[in-house]
Amino acid sequence: MLEEKDRQLLEQIQQGLPICPRPYLEIGRLCNMPEAEVLERLSKLKQQGLIKRMGVIVKHRQLGYRANAMVVWNVPDSLIKQLGGHISQFSFVTLCYQRPRQPEWPYNLYCMIHGKDQTTVLTQLAQLVEACGLDSFDQQILFSNRCFKQRGAIYQKPKPTLADG
Amino acid sequence: MDEIDKHLINTLQHGFPICASPYQQVATQLGLTEQALLDRLKALLANGTLTRFGPLYHAERMGGALTLAAVKAPEQRYDEITTIINSFTEVAHNYARSHELNMWFVLATETPEQIQQTLSSIAQKTGLTVYNMPKITEYFVNLKLEA
Repeated sequence: MLEEKDRQLLEQIQQGLPICPRPYLEIGRLCNMPEAEVLERLSKLKQQGLIKRMGVIVKHRQLGYRANAMVVWNVPDSLIKQLGGHISQFSFVTLCYQRPRQPEWPYNLYCMIHGKDQTTVLTQLAQLVEACGLDSFDQQILFSNRCFKQRGAIYQKPKPTLADG
Repeated sequence: MDEIDKHLINTLQHGFPICASPYQQVATQLGLTEQALLDRLKALLANGTLTRFGPLYHAERMGGALTLAAVKAPEQRYDEITTIINSFTEVAHNYARSHELNMWFVLATETPEQIQQTLSSIAQKTGLTVYNMPKITEYFVNLKLEA
């Protein structure tokens, strides 16, 4: 379980780090913590993997990546680990997951491909299918042209009882 | 966005140092002054090239939960369904996709129990079957997008 001070820190930085010469000193001021403690706690949280990484979070569209396709396959369970491992090696694949099959939706392997346009994405997909030997499996391509909502997975504010405790 | 901005974005997608003067350290690496780096970052955030500059959390390790879900929204109810689904604060992303399952969204909640509760409320409010596709395994990818 998270310590209260870690929780406070994570909440403080979730919307972004201050852009000033001593950002961690500034966070410390807001959390009532010396800079050294902020550095120590954040390093520990990163080491533990609670913070996956620090850095920039980009908007795909702003970088010219206008097309994105979710591609799904129904592959035998015995092959999924090997295929997932292979697919995720390609630089244009931005996500790759195994998910449970559903009634009327028998797909268990998902990947996301981002490209400059739809043609590029389809060319990359053809490359992927060939290299990984995916052509014999049932496949669906779902392009997206509209994004209704996009926010980071924001770390929710702790319940008042926890904040006080 | 010029070449220096591209270099800056590509470098900062790798990570950001946790030390007393992190911007100074990155600026040196990029051959910029600290002030120039701060100015560029502010500008990239202001014009929307960057969504955020900060931490990326591991939701499950934080005690939270995530899932991918989808519905088949009838064309004539599409806008109404979009409004209902986006009204849930638990919905982090929502995308229209070209398929009979035409609306795909990600839920992020504080606890695993809230995933099921939110999915049930969405089903109730929309009157649609909600397909729930939580991840079983994540295959590691390099998240970096070349600017």
